[in-house]
Amino acid sequence: MIEIDAVSKSYDGRAVVRDLTLTVPAGALCVLLGPSGCGKSTTLRMINRLVPFDSGAIRVNGEDVLGVATETLRRRIGYAIQSTGLFPHWRVADNIATVPRLLDWRPERVRDRVDELLTLLRLDPAIYAGKFPHQLSGGEQQRVGVARALAADPDILLMDEPFAAVDPITRDALQSELARIHQATGKTIVFVTHDIEEALRLATVIAIMERGRLAQLGTPLEIVEQPASDFVRDFVGVQGIGLKLLSVRRVGERVRRGETAAGAAIGAEASLADALGAMIARRADRLPVADERGETVGAVTLADLVR
Amino acid sequence: MIALDAAAPRARVAPRNQVLLALVLVAVLAAAGAGFVSAAPNRLVSGTAVTLKQCAPPLSTAALTVLGLLLLALAFAPPTRWRDYLAAGLAGGALIATLAAAGAAAAALAVGAGATTTISLGAAVWAVFACAALALIDALRRAAIGPAAQLLAAALAVATFLAMAKTGWFDALSLAREYAGRRDVFAAAAVRHVALVAGSIAPALLAGVPLGLLAHRRPRLEAPIFTTLNLVQTVPSIALFGLLIEPLSGLASTLPLLGRMGVGGVGPAPAVIALTLYGLLPIARNALAGLASVAPAALDAGRGMGMTRGQLFRRLEVPLALPVLLAGLRIVLVQTIGLAVVAALIGAGGLGTFVFDGLGQYATDLVLLGALPAIAMALAADFLLRLATGAVMRRAVP
Repeated sequence: MIEIDAVSKSYDGRAVVRDLTLTVPAGALCVLLGPSGCGKSTTLRMINRLVPFDSGAIRVNGEDVLGVATETLRRRIGYAIQSTGLFPHWRVADNIATVPRLLDWRPERVRDRVDELLTLLRLDPAIYAGKFPHQLSGGEQQRVGVARALAADPDILLMDEPFAAVDPITRDALQSELARIHQATGKTIVFVTHDIEEALRLATVIAIMERGRLAQLGTPLEIVEQPASDFVRDFVGVQGIGLKLLSVRRVGERVRRGETAAGAAIGAEASLADALGAMIARRADRLPVADERGETVGAVTLADLVR
Repeated sequence: MIALDAAAPRARVAPRNQVLLALVLVAVLAAAGAGFVSAAPNRLVSGTAVTLKQCAPPLSTAALTVLGLLLLALAFAPPTRWRDYLAAGLAGGALIATLAAAGAAAAALAVGAGATTTISLGAAVWAVFACAALALIDALRRAAIGPAAQLLAAALAVATFLAMAKTGWFDALSLAREYAGRRDVFAAAAVRHVALVAGSIAPALLAGVPLGLLAHRRPRLEAPIFTTLNLVQTVPSIALFGLLIEPLSGLASTLPLLGRMGVGGVGPAPAVIALTLYGLLPIARNALAGLASVAPAALDAGRGMGMTRGQLFRRLEVPLALPVLLAGLRIVLVQTIGLAVVAALIGAGGLGTFVFDGLGQYATDLVLLGALPAIAMALAADFLLRLATGAVMRRAVP
């Protein structure tokens, strides 16, 4: 759990974060969302004290961050950034091993952990462990960046626009990967982005920031359906609002249990937007729905999507 | 596709390696036209040039001709790894054949000539030698051989030259005679030269790297630091040597202890000081450039993951800046080896002693006796440091 309590920060008299209070519950994936300059990145960097704050308090798992040595604090919190920040002169395995080695883990334990993380990120250790960052594609570099942030198994992960520099298809794959890892590990993740689609897709809770203040805190559904202000409404975007609504609702919510349909099944966890896409692609108005074990549980129709 | 096939026979006539072709042609022209060696009745008179055709030592001339023809043929061969290995071998052979021909031509001319006759290397020898060396470098680069093989090739070339010198192959050349007459002082001068260079590079590194680091950490200091170092660089070397005479002799006379330690207006002390000052700018400049080249994202990630300042410096900044710093060191090393020649003017010793003696006596071969080893030293330093830089860049430091 991360508690940000009445925190303010200004640079040369210009306030960047104003009296911000925000609690990220354990296990949440909280997206800090807002236009550039709204203070979201600064907020993230204050949590691991890369940026010192002027007033207020930040507590991580109940402990005041100012009460811990900065290096100790940072080694407990995973950190991944845009353009990865991988160390170009270290191999992939050494990059991932950064924090475990700072914590003086035994070499065997470090090696096992590196293999485990590469496998988790779907990178074959036999192929990737010995490569240098420049030998990887942008998407592979980001995967290594995420693996490195997870290396010492921190409870909390801070991610500063980690997927901003990759192409849309790779970003899509990385987002699925992160969602999967979040579900599998139950880590508390704070994720900064200016991309509303990315936020709606990943977040369990979204904090929209406007000029250093919290504009709205809520689930993706709440943000889209009940924007708290004109700023939030404008930022989320009036255009394409229908499709955004479809993208935050799950197929599982609309399934007609016991009914059947022809063709390959769509997962209950898929969004309604995915279901609509599949219907258009197949020229069908009914799709079978499967649970996470792959067993068909029912069907969903075109009419269900707009209900 | 059909059009391409039709054009193929014509394309085959075109040279595949223009560099090699040009080098062979230049070497042939030089050997045909310019003097290969020159003979003079004594060293005060300029000699008369003798072309290769006039003095033709049969065996080495034949070898040069064959090697030249083979290299010419290789210039038209399709590019493969083996072509480049073969070209390197042939060019190396041509290098040695040129030296052999020069030695043999000199020996032939010396027969029946007076004892004071001096036989010098002519323009053609230098040109053919340079062409062979460039062809060798070109072939080695194309073959992209590893550092160990490069080292082996260099060692082989040096060993062959030393073996030829040892067996008296070059004894008829006046360059070898100048050496024979100064055998004992030559070794001492070479050692002194190395000592002057090492004695200047070490303090230049010790001061230059921290200055670069300071300029990196405190950007406000960058301008004053580099303005000062640039200013030093603009003073001509001879003037700087001269300017140091007065203060240093003054210092030595006020502090006799320093004088007894060898510090004085002339000698090695002012030379080392001047050479150090010249080395500061490139070293500090490259230290700064190296540190500035470290990706800010890597440093941010390192800090965010809990590296201490010391860990950031040792594990990220130093290894990432090192290749650029080593490139600067290479420049300084080559520059200092050359500048140290001039230091002989203020009695610092070293290879420059022969250069200035030779200039005074109008003896070109004596000048060469100082200059050629200095050039060889600079090339060797450049080569070795290049290999070291490559090794540092290949090694991953976790």
